Amino acid sequence: MIEAVGLTKRYGAKTAVHNLSFQVRPGVVTGFLGPNGSGKSTTMRMIVGLDRPTSGQVTIGGLPYAQLPNAPRQVGALLDAKAVHGGRSARLHLLSLAQLAGIPARRVDEVLGVVGLQGVAGKRSKGFSLGMGQRLGIAAALLGDPQVLLFDEPVNGLDPEGILWVRNLMKQLAAEGRTVFVSSHLMSEMALTADHLIVIGRGQLLADMSVQDFIAANSAGFARVRTPDTEPEGREKLTAALVEAGGQVLSEPDGALRVTGVPLPRISDLAHDADVRLWELSPHQASLEEAYMRMTQAAVDYRSTADQRAGLWQAPGPYAQAPGYGHGMPPQGWAQPAPENPYPALPGEQPNPYAQQAAVPAAPAEAPAAPAAPPAAPAAAPADLTKRDSEDAR
Amino acid sequence: MMSVPTQVLQSEWTKIKSVRSTVWTLGLALVVTVALGALISALTKSQFDKLSMKEKITFDPTFTSFAGMGLGQLAMIVFGVLVVANEYSTGMIRTSLAAVPQRATFLFSKITIAALLALAVSMVTSFLSFFLGQAMLGEHKASISDPGVLRAVVGGGLYMTLISVFAMGVATMLRSPMLSLGILMPFFFLISNILGAVPATKKVAQYFPDQAGRKVMQVITGVGDDESPYGPWGGFTIMVLWVVAALLGGYAVLKERDA
Repeated sequence: MIEAVGLTKRYGAKTAVHNLSFQVRPGVVTGFLGPNGSGKSTTMRMIVGLDRPTSGQVTIGGLPYAQLPNAPRQVGALLDAKAVHGGRSARLHLLSLAQLAGIPARRVDEVLGVVGLQGVAGKRSKGFSLGMGQRLGIAAALLGDPQVLLFDEPVNGLDPEGILWVRNLMKQLAAEGRTVFVSSHLMSEMALTADHLIVIGRGQLLADMSVQDFIAANSAGFARVRTPDTEPEGREKLTAALVEAGGQVLSEPDGALRVTGVPLPRISDLAHDADVRLWELSPHQASLEEAYMRMTQAAVDYRSTADQRAGLWQAPGPYAQAPGYGHGMPPQGWAQPAPENPYPALPGEQPNPYAQQAAVPAAPAEAPAAPAAPPAAPAAAPADLTKRDSEDAR
Repeated sequence: MMSVPTQVLQSEWTKIKSVRSTVWTLGLALVVTVALGALISALTKSQFDKLSMKEKITFDPTFTSFAGMGLGQLAMIVFGVLVVANEYSTGMIRTSLAAVPQRATFLFSKITIAALLALAVSMVTSFLSFFLGQAMLGEHKASISDPGVLRAVVGGGLYMTLISVFAMGVATMLRSPMLSLGILMPFFFLISNILGAVPATKKVAQYFPDQAGRKVMQVITGVGDDESPYGPWGGFTIMVLWVVAALLGGYAVLKERDA
């Protein structure tokens, strides 16, 4: 059992982790999700006592890590697979770690077998691939047969077979009653591996719930509706009718409508009544990945901007006006400007009861505005970021 | 159940003997010191008649055979720096400290093992340098049983050991092999020697760790302008204080900073 209470870590003016409280329980795989730079690794380092929290504390079985008697026998951690001396062989690397914890040397060969590195045990780890490095790191975590296991991005660099192996290993370790805490930035991977999710963004807790709850709360279905491109007024007429019928309408990049709150047959009826022809009416399920992106998008630190290729373009070619290639156009040819928020909140979704802040730009009353106007919520997101930056500076 | 320090000592021994840099640096320190000492001893013998009377009177055959130490100590510095700073440059320090949350135990066990290994190599180096150097000096040689000679030869071994431990302390503070070497190598190879040769700065430079520590390797001292305010063991103590300061500084940094 890992328990964090009010965990905060500041590096100068930058707050890496802010007032984080959560519990990681034994017997299940707990996924630790967040975008790059959201504070996952910092949190993991604080759990094993490498970084000292600015305030708050994190305990394992009730004790801070430094006070655990013979910590490596109780906690195994893969924090950074590259954190090995490349000139040392895999076996001697593990042997030095085993000796640190008073673990018998024969255990080294056992874990080498578990991770499938017996064949290269005598080779210097300098020549290991990223995947082999991950396996070596996992072997180090398993050395002490610990009850608590931490894995920071364990599937990075693994091939599909390796990913499947890690997934099964995590589940097996949890099934043995151990506490397994796995970080990842891949929702899709966690959906398959974890039973419970802790999602953070910008160092703050966004969600702490079971995977089932997360799916139920975040993957609402929607209908995709397309009206003929040649009749833009039909689109507006249908939008008005749908909103009147209690539906929520968002416009998609390609000009289609994303409708929630109105069943498919009713959409068809409404279109018929409004005398609007439909080119498409299809049911869709929002993916978990999308729900996760929506939840964390306000908390993403590293956002790519459109590549303007300034100075590389001589004169606008004949294709310059084509959607997606023009200078002034958003890169993906979005018909309606929503540049900050590719995944606006689906108004039909249940609000996330665990969200602690306005990371999910849920503003159901404003969001289903007519497609001509950009949704209000995304505009709030950058403002929110600015606000939090100024908090960091304090 | 073994105690934590015993476990760390064992682990550090495994670590130190499983990387090639250990063999390279220590081997180089031995070969360079012994070979250069022997070469300079042989040259001194062939040029002995051309020395001035004063130089002949103050001739120190023991110290002459240690002439290679000025270069050989650089390899000991590299050894000391790499033993500590490689933990940081490879990231291994996070794995190590996660396994041993008691940072003082970790640091001082690591330095103990490295220092013991350095001591063994340094002593062999010092005695080899002495005997080979004396053999080269022929009729001008000193005997190990002469007064002060055994002290100087043992002192030579201690000197090289302490230089490497000093480097370990500095590397713990600086955490980067490049930065540590970039400061220590020019300091001991150039700056200390230059400041020690210039009369204006000599008074300060004689308290530098290498200059003070070198005193213990000299048999014939206190002649002419070579007067210093401390004797062989006094100089050695000054060097020990430098080493202790570097280690305490390193420990303070390790204890306070995030790994």
